[in-house]
Amino acid sequence: MISFMLRRLLQALIVVLGVTLIAFILQNLIASGPELARAIIGPKATNEQVATFIAQYGLDRPIFVQYLHYLGQLLRGNLGYSYKLNEPVRQIIATELPKDAFLLGVALVLSILISVPLGVWQAVRRNRPVDHVGTVVAFIFYSMPSYWLALLLISFFAVTLRLLPAEGSQGTTLAAMLTNPAGLVLPILALTLVNCALFSRYMRSAAIETLAQDYIRTAKAKGAPRFRILRKHLLRNSLVPVTTMVGLSLPGVLTAGVVIEFVFNIQGVGLSFYTAATTSDYPVELGITILVGTVTVLGNLFADVMYAVLDPRVRYD
Amino acid sequence: MTDVIPGFLDNAGSPADTGDRDPAARPAVVMVRTLYQNKIALVGVVFVILVIGFCFIGPLLYHTNQTEPNPAILNEAPSAQHLLGTDYVGFDVLGRLMVAGQSSIEIALAVAVISTSFGVIWGAISGFWGGVTDAVLMRVVDIVLAIPALFIFIYLASVFRPTVILLIIVVSALSWVGPARLIRGETLSLRVREYVDAVRVMGGSSSRVIVRHIVPNTISTIVVNATFQVADAILILATLSFLGFGLPPPAATWGGMLTNGMNYLYDGYWWQIYPAGLIIVMTVIAFNLIGDGLRDALEVRLQPR
Repeated sequence: MISFMLRRLLQALIVVLGVTLIAFILQNLIASGPELARAIIGPKATNEQVATFIAQYGLDRPIFVQYLHYLGQLLRGNLGYSYKLNEPVRQIIATELPKDAFLLGVALVLSILISVPLGVWQAVRRNRPVDHVGTVVAFIFYSMPSYWLALLLISFFAVTLRLLPAEGSQGTTLAAMLTNPAGLVLPILALTLVNCALFSRYMRSAAIETLAQDYIRTAKAKGAPRFRILRKHLLRNSLVPVTTMVGLSLPGVLTAGVVIEFVFNIQGVGLSFYTAATTSDYPVELGITILVGTVTVLGNLFADVMYAVLDPRVRYD
Repeated sequence: MTDVIPGFLDNAGSPADTGDRDPAARPAVVMVRTLYQNKIALVGVVFVILVIGFCFIGPLLYHTNQTEPNPAILNEAPSAQHLLGTDYVGFDVLGRLMVAGQSSIEIALAVAVISTSFGVIWGAISGFWGGVTDAVLMRVVDIVLAIPALFIFIYLASVFRPTVILLIIVVSALSWVGPARLIRGETLSLRVREYVDAVRVMGGSSSRVIVRHIVPNTISTIVVNATFQVADAILILATLSFLGFGLPPPAATWGGMLTNGMNYLYDGYWWQIYPAGLIIVMTVIAFNLIGDGLRDALEVRLQPR
């Protein structure tokens, strides 16, 4: 198991390297040399300033040399500098990441806590009214564009009922944001509903598949108590695909995060990424892409390791 | 050497394996029969047929001008002339739903077919051969999976004007990794099954094992995933429109209509929001219902006994 994990960790490192390479190449395909320099230091820069910038940052060197230089800086924790925001990219991420971690993390935990029991319940009560209602509700939330769901929540809770603010909590730091918890309810609710719809569907499928296994029949036949079967046999085996799903859902969760931050105007990494994209703030875009890529790789790593830990039938050799 | 006992090989482990050679138990037949019996899935099929008819035959019956804006009839409420009113540039909303549906459905179906086929091949090869092949193929999947799709969309959108072909290529290029990973996971556990050993012992080639035994046994995953791909592609297109990276006018998509309508959320122009929103939700639900129905049809092991 240890050697499997070490090998998996090495693979993860290779993937992160691949992510940085692809992101860097993509960015250079879009803008490089004078174009990139002008995008960074501004459209009013003189030709001399552009030339100085290019010489200073070596933008005239071959792309591979530039990549190695970027990678070297990355290893020293330097993600570049945003001239648009006049702040190091690392600083921007450091201020905003805790807010995303909180929002997405709370939504993710809530979704798992709701959807795992819900999915098992639906599987056990398959094709009964409870199952049908759960399926229909999950379908509706899953099939709704997340921005529309968020705006419907706003128009109902903020405009019609006037219960909650339409805008997300503002604040430069997580602590400042937490002083206004009412503004966090709708964004977290929207994210949770989106995740729950997906997770409960998978959980139900996984539990139904497990219920058809022979060991469930054996457990029933030997007279094991119903709850024990559910907990020891059904839940544990059904959780295997769920861990994979949670690990794999991270890019989707992060993408939903961008949309929700956009709708509720929450200044997190997602909204910064969107702003950077629309203002050609390439260092910020590149930095956030690599950050998100790394988080996703860690999610995959988690999913694979859990897969091996939870399912003894899966052997990696 | 591969056709030693064709009858045995063909039947071994196929998803509709009922133990005897009942021709009515072929996957396609089971699929159609169960879809017909499964009322919910049938609702999905009927709705998809209705939507396709609405989008592709509808414009022949309900003539509207969908190419030139008409400033004389901006934001008009539903009336006898315009059954669902008009939008912010004077297009008839009902007619626009049809035109927008054509591009939305075409793109989504193309994405589902391309990304699923590619992903299945990739995943089956990776899981079956294992070793270095698996390592290399899966690292590629991980890299594509790890780069957030939005990043690539946004980058491309800042350079290229989004077109139907570009959207199909880009959404497919980012969607095939899901099925690839799923099928690879299933192949990992399928390749150690007895019937695979049996084929091997009888001299069956690797490609025969993959094509005739591994892939048919993952068919439920493939089909369910393909229907999700259609649904997801419709949602991705809608989200791209919302963020400003959809097909530019005069082309129309449901997501673009919903996004434009949302600007009038507080003006009470409901006909610009709910028809587009509902048709997205209902079409996506319909594809999901079909996926669920097919899953029940194909997973014989899960049938109530």
